[in-house]
Amino acid sequence: MLDVRGLKKVYEGSGRRVEAVRDLTFTVGAGELVCLVGPSGCGKTTLLKCVGGLLAPTAGEVLLEGRQVTGPPPAMAFVFQEYGRSLFPWMRVRENVELPLKQKNLAKDRRRELVADALRSVDLADAAGAYPWQLSGGMQQRVAIARALAYEPRVLLMDEPFAAVDAQTRADLEDLVRRLWRERAITILFVTHDIDEAVYLGERVVVLSASPTVVQEQLKVDLPDERDQLHTRVAPRFAELRTHVYEQIQAAKRGGGTTKSDAPQPL
Amino acid sequence: MRRFLLRLVFVVALPVVLLAVWWLASDDSTDVYWPPLRTILKTFPDVWTAERLRTDAFPSVLRLAAGYATAAVTGVALGTVIGSHRRVRAVCEPVMEFLRAVPPPVLIPVIMLFAGIGDTMKVVVIASGCVWPILLNTVEGVRAVDSVMADTARSYGITGAARLRHVVLRSASPQIFAGLRQGLSIGIILMVISEMFAASSGLGFTVVQFQRGFAIPDMWTGILVLGLLGFLLSVLFQLVERRVLGWYHGLRASTRRSR
Repeated sequence: MLDVRGLKKVYEGSGRRVEAVRDLTFTVGAGELVCLVGPSGCGKTTLLKCVGGLLAPTAGEVLLEGRQVTGPPPAMAFVFQEYGRSLFPWMRVRENVELPLKQKNLAKDRRRELVADALRSVDLADAAGAYPWQLSGGMQQRVAIARALAYEPRVLLMDEPFAAVDAQTRADLEDLVRRLWRERAITILFVTHDIDEAVYLGERVVVLSASPTVVQEQLKVDLPDERDQLHTRVAPRFAELRTHVYEQIQAAKRGGGTTKSDAPQPL
Repeated sequence: MRRFLLRLVFVVALPVVLLAVWWLASDDSTDVYWPPLRTILKTFPDVWTAERLRTDAFPSVLRLAAGYATAAVTGVALGTVIGSHRRVRAVCEPVMEFLRAVPPPVLIPVIMLFAGIGDTMKVVVIASGCVWPILLNTVEGVRAVDSVMADTARSYGITGAARLRHVVLRSASPQIFAGLRQGLSIGIILMVISEMFAASSGLGFTVVQFQRGFAIPDMWTGILVLGLLGFLLSVLFQLVERRVLGWYHGLRASTRRSR
């Protein structure tokens, strides 16, 4: 579905040359939910912007269903971390969700249907007439998710979407993402710096190294499909997986290779 | 209802006090140039008849409207182009700063050479003065479009005219309105000044005529009319602004609360 091959991104400006991403190769299968986790400042956002066609990579390529991504493809939707700056404050919730659909030249009835359905999916049918800034942070991010859903993407890119909300809201939003993923069979690439979140959400976790970024390790999350905040997070297997990822990230920060951890079986 | 009344009291209190002070201070004035307010107010209805409003106030307002509209359209259009392209901005910025620094009234003699002494001249003078704050504020507003919003628009295929209409201009609208407001007050000033040169109608012309004819109370009524006109226009402007920028004031209030 999504192939990232030898991706490299170097920022050049005012005499400084920063290699944000060195060499990344990984794939995301159709209908998979993959979490990218790495130490802070490791170029996760850069990577996701390259995947989403918002940034041109210095080398390497991103393929969506076999076709090279050169600009934002209509089959992809992006959810940004900064929901407050991603929603348009001059539009009501309904208009925010609808605007991208107008650009797709969908008929009015179809648009209305998609907007209503997306808002219902995130439990915000009542808030359609409100302005984003009248809503709480968690609700705003749900509007951003609804906007992405209404766009009917095959791939959903999420860039640390819950980094700026409180812990309880965050848990709800994580469950929302799991639910939507299972209901709608979309492929999700989810970037986070939170190890627990990555393990809880993902079917697979890709651990990134510190900048300049390479893939440190890929790990299959063999937790049951049915997950909930209460039981999954205290399951012994969850603890093993998160410990393993944690060790990997510590190793990545030190710039070393893989550390020994015998519990999980890395891919 | 009580809150409304209280607000009304706040709004009218100071004007009433000022008028009362003026009334009392000028009441026994015998100075020809400082007639008592009583005399001025008594002269008012005689001077500002419907006929006079039609022949003098109406043309003034029309010229102001034409000049201001021209400035608004030109300023926002040019400002959007300049603000969106870094290269264009680099080329235009020094020139804009120079042209802005030239006081518009000094252009009147020059504009008279090209545009004659008719209405065109006055409209051009008003437009050439109003355009700068509108232009410069639009440039700043368009430049300052948030990077996340820009990325959002791109990733959802909002490009071209839709981007301009739904994202860039809306995001710049608070700045554009700040420019429009400055432009309006400059426009009123220039409307009066342009009518003091080679005019046969208009509010500025009337005030100068009265002064030259030593009709001093009449002259004062003209000044009052200009003040009232400016006040009326600013109230109108605020009404429009509150409608268009309702979201902005709400957003600001909500960020203030959450801090």
